[in-house]
Amino acid sequence: MSNFFPRWANWVPLKLLLIAAVLTTVLTLGVWYYFTPKYTRVGYMPDQPAPFSHALHAEQLGMDCRYCHSFVEVSGHSNIPDTQTCMACHSQIKSTSPKLAAVKASWESGLPIQWVRIHKAPDYVYFNHAAHVNRGVSCFSCHGQINDMATVWQAEPQSMAWCLECHRAPEKFLRPQSEVFNLNWHAASPAAQLAMGTQFKKEWNINPPLTCGGCHR
Amino acid sequence: MLRIFFIVLALSLVTLVAITGIRGQKGKKPPIEIFPDMDHQPKVKSQVPTGFFADSRGDRQPVPGTVPLGYAAPLSKGGAVADEGKYTAVRFANSTDYADTGRFGDQWGTGIPLPVTAELMQRGGERYAIFCAVCHGSSGAGNGVAGQYGMAAIASYHQDRLRTMPDGEIFNTITHGKNTMLGYGGKIPVDDRWAIVAYVRALQLSQHAELSDVPPEERAKLEAAK
Repeated sequence: MSNFFPRWANWVPLKLLLIAAVLTTVLTLGVWYYFTPKYTRVGYMPDQPAPFSHALHAEQLGMDCRYCHSFVEVSGHSNIPDTQTCMACHSQIKSTSPKLAAVKASWESGLPIQWVRIHKAPDYVYFNHAAHVNRGVSCFSCHGQINDMATVWQAEPQSMAWCLECHRAPEKFLRPQSEVFNLNWHAASPAAQLAMGTQFKKEWNINPPLTCGGCHR
Repeated sequence: MLRIFFIVLALSLVTLVAITGIRGQKGKKPPIEIFPDMDHQPKVKSQVPTGFFADSRGDRQPVPGTVPLGYAAPLSKGGAVADEGKYTAVRFANSTDYADTGRFGDQWGTGIPLPVTAELMQRGGERYAIFCAVCHGSSGAGNGVAGQYGMAAIASYHQDRLRTMPDGEIFNTITHGKNTMLGYGGKIPVDDRWAIVAYVRALQLSQHAELSDVPPEERAKLEAAK
């Protein structure tokens, strides 16, 4: 009876335990790494109906964000410009370029250009652009260096944890009102940013909501 | 047994990473939604298509024959800090008043129907830089960046025709455009248009001023610098 199980069978329970432990760890790491907007959303760079380049318009030509996104300071929704905004220049400039085919078609038909939306908050989040850009939060904080993007991609995860990073410590991100739309402005150093941001927070009475009702209704 | 397990594990991890990639990689595929609960609600949001209407437009077009009455939309919560109390509404209007059309009956009027203050001039300068300078240039000489890219016939403000143009006609040009310039009435609220008119007047004066226009105390400085 003494040799009913071979000798190696003594190690089987321990080995199985080790395998289970390794698999659990790998699974946990995998979920942590992949099940987050840092993986699912960041880098989303779809093709657009017209290859509009922010790098050309905003950086090279120096156009202000608000020429196209004209209601960002007064509305919760930052508008995608209508076709007439494009045509204000492109009725003359490069008017025959094939890159502008979608714009021209829209101008002639009166139907909107179907731009592909990149930054999407869930429908239970009520983000207000005006409340942010009028209080020293730059486009840069949420959209990244968009003035250098030839094709727009999502630069920030825009998850709730990410929102709270700023809502808990706005002084790390606040900038002078005059530089909100200047995406090339950056604080001289993190220390300078902190000193300036703390001052702005006090002066402008910045008190970002941390309660659920601040963003969810 | 263990060796086989680790080999299989390593191979499957390599395969998984090869397929899924790493964080922040650029890609054209729409984001995967892991927990999409209530993310997409059947409500109409700004500039988002909806299945409710036959043409799938969420933002409705006015019915043909609609007569706009004009409206003033209140500023969204958190309105401009710097301008607190001054710009409390975004006004787009379609009345026949001078303030909304730049004309009295069929005559161009002149004068700014808002108090011309330093704030109004600053506002005008800021809006001018956003909407006008691209073509007309920051000094109004018609040498904005768009001209270098093929925009033809940009008017310079520094010509007698425009210097003597009534304020109301400039307002109307901003609203409805003129020749190759398209209208900006849908983008720039009424009060901002008047602020721009005031700023354009200042630009014209800046390029067409006599020494006698300079206040006496400043004049001495200018003459000393000569």
